[in-house]
Amino acid sequence: MFKNAYTNHPDTRTPKEVFPKVLGDLMTKDRDVVYLDADLMNSIGTGGFVGKYPGQAFDVGVQEANMIGMAAGMSAEGKIPYVHTFGPFASRRLYDQVFLSVAYAKNNVRIIGSDPGVTAAYNGGTHMPFEDIALYRAIPDAVIFDIVDATQFEQVLKLSKDFFGLVYIRTPRKKVIKVYSDDSQFTIGKANVLREGTHVTIVASGIMVAVALEAAMMLAEENISVEVIDPVTIKPLDEETILASARKTGAVVTAENANIHGGLGDAVASVLSCNLPTPLRKVGIQDEFGEVGTEEYLRERFRLTPDEIINKVKEVMSMGR
Amino acid sequence: MDRELKAKMEAFAKELRITALKMFGHLGFGHVGGTLSATDLIAVLYEGVMRYNPDDPQWKDRDRFVSSKGHAGPGIYSALALKGFFPMTWLDTLNCGGTNLPSHCDKTKTPGIDMTTGSLGQGASTALGMAMATRDQDHYVYLLLGDGECNEGQVWEMAMSAAHYGVSHLIAFVDYNHKQLDGTTEEVLDMGDLTAKFAAFGWYTQEVNGHDVEALYNAIEDAKNNHEGRPSVIVMQTVKGKGVKWIEETTFNHHILLSKEQAEKSILELNA
Repeated sequence: MFKNAYTNHPDTRTPKEVFPKVLGDLMTKDRDVVYLDADLMNSIGTGGFVGKYPGQAFDVGVQEANMIGMAAGMSAEGKIPYVHTFGPFASRRLYDQVFLSVAYAKNNVRIIGSDPGVTAAYNGGTHMPFEDIALYRAIPDAVIFDIVDATQFEQVLKLSKDFFGLVYIRTPRKKVIKVYSDDSQFTIGKANVLREGTHVTIVASGIMVAVALEAAMMLAEENISVEVIDPVTIKPLDEETILASARKTGAVVTAENANIHGGLGDAVASVLSCNLPTPLRKVGIQDEFGEVGTEEYLRERFRLTPDEIINKVKEVMSMGR
Repeated sequence: MDRELKAKMEAFAKELRITALKMFGHLGFGHVGGTLSATDLIAVLYEGVMRYNPDDPQWKDRDRFVSSKGHAGPGIYSALALKGFFPMTWLDTLNCGGTNLPSHCDKTKTPGIDMTTGSLGQGASTALGMAMATRDQDHYVYLLLGDGECNEGQVWEMAMSAAHYGVSHLIAFVDYNHKQLDGTTEEVLDMGDLTAKFAAFGWYTQEVNGHDVEALYNAIEDAKNNHEGRPSVIVMQTVKGKGVKWIEETTFNHHILLSKEQAEKSILELNA
């Protein structure tokens, strides 16, 4: 159950405010929940957790590879680990450890990679994960969330507790646009149709959901009817919902705060080309490295904008199936 | 020490070598050198030290064993089969398609294997995680590291953390046979004084002859009694390919070809 509460206004809470509250509750309620961080607790709002939750919260220092291994070992003993670090370290830096010690070994770890894509802003290109979705998509059985707003983050943190396996949650830390009503619930593998339409389908994830909804409203003024879908999990991808929408509209645009190579756009393209060849355009990082700047500058620089979505919608609609 | 126990451990070590050589001979090749160098430790652990239950491999109170050098698998499979974790006939399937006994240890496939390893360094961290998650229990987590494996930075990340968290029921062993795949450890990447390095990170350290079962047994007892809240490491001086002269003398014996006839001859040598 979910409700579209989009009004193009910031959420009242940031993910960074949500994280300590929800995680703290989970740890209090279930002593098997453990939390490991690689010296970024103060960046995600969990400063003081080591003292507050002895034996459950561990700041392992600047050593991500060992942190993932420790989490995997703890899960083998029945613990339920949540691990946080910045997105690039949570993906490309510890890829082999995640692949083998967690996924291949069938261990059970939730990995939160914060500051995805352009939301890394002032940390710049070195810290800007455009490739994390592609990396995690290539791991069998991995579950990938691209967080839209604070409500979704809260619910995903809760629902992932009882899921056994590898879960990757990429989330912004700072201000996000509110999309979901406070009582929204989410399901692994179930996409949400946030807006119904007949002319074109936009599949957008993470911060691009709000951008897609804004573009859809602008397009409505031109009498273009847009369906907007949040896949909720990029893997597993809700093929049924995407195919049903594509069957109805005959044109698809994807929008993601990540490299279009290997990301959501490729996932959707693959589903369509194998089942229902449909014209498609991808909004996202066009195979470039990141750079430093404000998030607003970077959104313009990398064309993660309503205007770009509108351009691609018009392009894809002119292609015809 | 109890003379009977010593004799049992020695006999088990010999049986392990013979069983592993049969596995390799059946297949025709394998990680022979590093399996034979760690065999005496495996014998001490499974015959003299560890608590386990072959009928219930996941028994909560068991001692855990993680071979971070995942390629020592065949030696461990020999011990597990001989102790009844699975039928001896499985041993003939080493590395065959669909086997439960892959080249590198895999907890999802083999009863009695506590952790999946094979990408060097990773077993170290998982063993630490297992030890930290079970601090309130009274079992031990035993961790086998290769010497070449200690090139991996992750081993030293683990070393830092284990000391920081005072994980005293973690006992690590380094199989210091002085050979890695491309040459001697000194030639490939000289790690200097390994024991001193662990000590500098805050570990309780010992050095022993890794082929002397009595010394190994005593070192483990000593580690349990004298660690003073620290993790322990036992650096074992070993010989890669130990027990079979021609394998010991093969310069590059990390992964070798071994025909059935060579295996049989080698077994005769062990029995002599």
